[in-house]
Amino acid sequence: MGSLGEVINLTQEKKPLITIKGNREGITLIIDDEVPFQEALSELKDKLISTQQNNNGQAVSVNVQSGNRYLDREKREKLRDLIEEDNFFKVEGIETNVMHREEALRLREESEIKINNRIVRSGQILKVKGHLLLIGDVNPGGKVMATGNIYILGKLYGIAHAGYQGDRNTFIAASYLKPTQLRIADYISRAPDYESDGVYMECGIIDEKEDKIIIDSLQLLSQKRQEISGFERRMQNG
Amino acid sequence: MGEAIVITSGKGGVGKTTTTANIGTALALMEKKVCLIDTDIGLRNLDVIMGLENRIIYDIVDVVEGRCRLNQALIRDKRFDSLALLPAAQTSDKSAVTVEGMKNIVTELKQEYDYIIIDCPAGIEQGFQNAIAGADRAIVVTNPEKSSVRDADRIIGLLEQEDMTETPRLIINRIRTNMMKNGDMMDVDEIVQLLSIDLIGIVVDDEEVIKGSNTGEPVVLNPNSKASIAYRNIARRILGENVPLQSLEDEKGVLERVKRFFGIRS
Repeated sequence: MGSLGEVINLTQEKKPLITIKGNREGITLIIDDEVPFQEALSELKDKLISTQQNNNGQAVSVNVQSGNRYLDREKREKLRDLIEEDNFFKVEGIETNVMHREEALRLREESEIKINNRIVRSGQILKVKGHLLLIGDVNPGGKVMATGNIYILGKLYGIAHAGYQGDRNTFIAASYLKPTQLRIADYISRAPDYESDGVYMECGIIDEKEDKIIIDSLQLLSQKRQEISGFERRMQNG
Repeated sequence: MGEAIVITSGKGGVGKTTTTANIGTALALMEKKVCLIDTDIGLRNLDVIMGLENRIIYDIVDVVEGRCRLNQALIRDKRFDSLALLPAAQTSDKSAVTVEGMKNIVTELKQEYDYIIIDCPAGIEQGFQNAIAGADRAIVVTNPEKSSVRDADRIIGLLEQEDMTETPRLIINRIRTNMMKNGDMMDVDEIVQLLSIDLIGIVVDDEEVIKGSNTGEPVVLNPNSKASIAYRNIARRILGENVPLQSLEDEKGVLERVKRFFGIRS
């Protein structure tokens, strides 16, 4: 593991404001999270200048770790501009341990499963943030919408729109599918013009190759959407 | 204290007014005190079907606007003393009656009568809102065809948001036995499953109904017609009796084909 690299510490203080670690992929910049941002920035600037000599032409990729400091968009921009200023470095990612409360709540809401036990009748719209689990039917003329996936323990006769804010990785699964329309993100498919029987235990999903919504057995999900099995639990545990 | 039942459907022409007239008359036959209210203002029909058109002096708008007392506007039926009709106005429009005005009328009538049967206009606008305002429960009428079932579904959705003592009940009207048998018409089970509310009766398409409407004698007074028996059964179910569904088959199979029983609701 010799190539994991050395730790450069140019300041005399006990705790460095900026720690630089090199490895195969590039370098990692660890910015102390207890000093004011401006102070850290100027320190970083000095440090960057002094490390540039080692470089020979190709831009080195940089990962920034800001620890428990919250970085809003403005600060991220500043940081990125400073590091990439002379084209010696390329910022690959900025990591932080903290996130804004609003963002965290939004994320949680979008990954939650909202359970509804009712019949969505003609003229009614059931619209949720996150995934929708509907225990009941969607009658013709009724509509269900979710930013995430839609699971229907019942019959889907009306319209279902998964990923209505644009997430194409979402899908619609139902005990019985005979929908008027299926919509996923910006894709729409409609029922055929001839009278047809519905299908049991199937799902609607976007097929990238055919560039349209296809209806297939639920087994397809275990291949194409593996992440649904672990995703909820991961979010609950942070 | 009586009970107010609204007869509604969403779609027009499915037989709300005929149903109102016949259920009301059937309940009167069973010696209940019944008052019918026609809320289809501007397009009143119930008085014609009941054969009481020539007796109208005041109407519901006159009552709401205070031109007469409620009792003055009520028309006593020519066959039953216990049956009365509050007719709609023919010259005003539906906005002449308010939700409050309607509630007051129904509350007042409930003191006097056992059952108030409210005939609702088609649509989901003001007239519908008025009609359901004072009702304790609702009966949704539909025909075995898609558009009518679709509208019934919409109406049930709206009724579920109202504050009623029980979920709406369903009447499937104008059933043509042959078409249903051949699969050319929606099936009773299919409709009940889609709407998922309790069925309170099925009525076959019967020429006697039309004859009755034209002569002002509700078909339920004629004990030999199938539709008449269906309406009488519905009335008995409203009273809480447990009456099996009428067979759709012709005379022979009546006993074997009894399909379903109703649970009594308290």
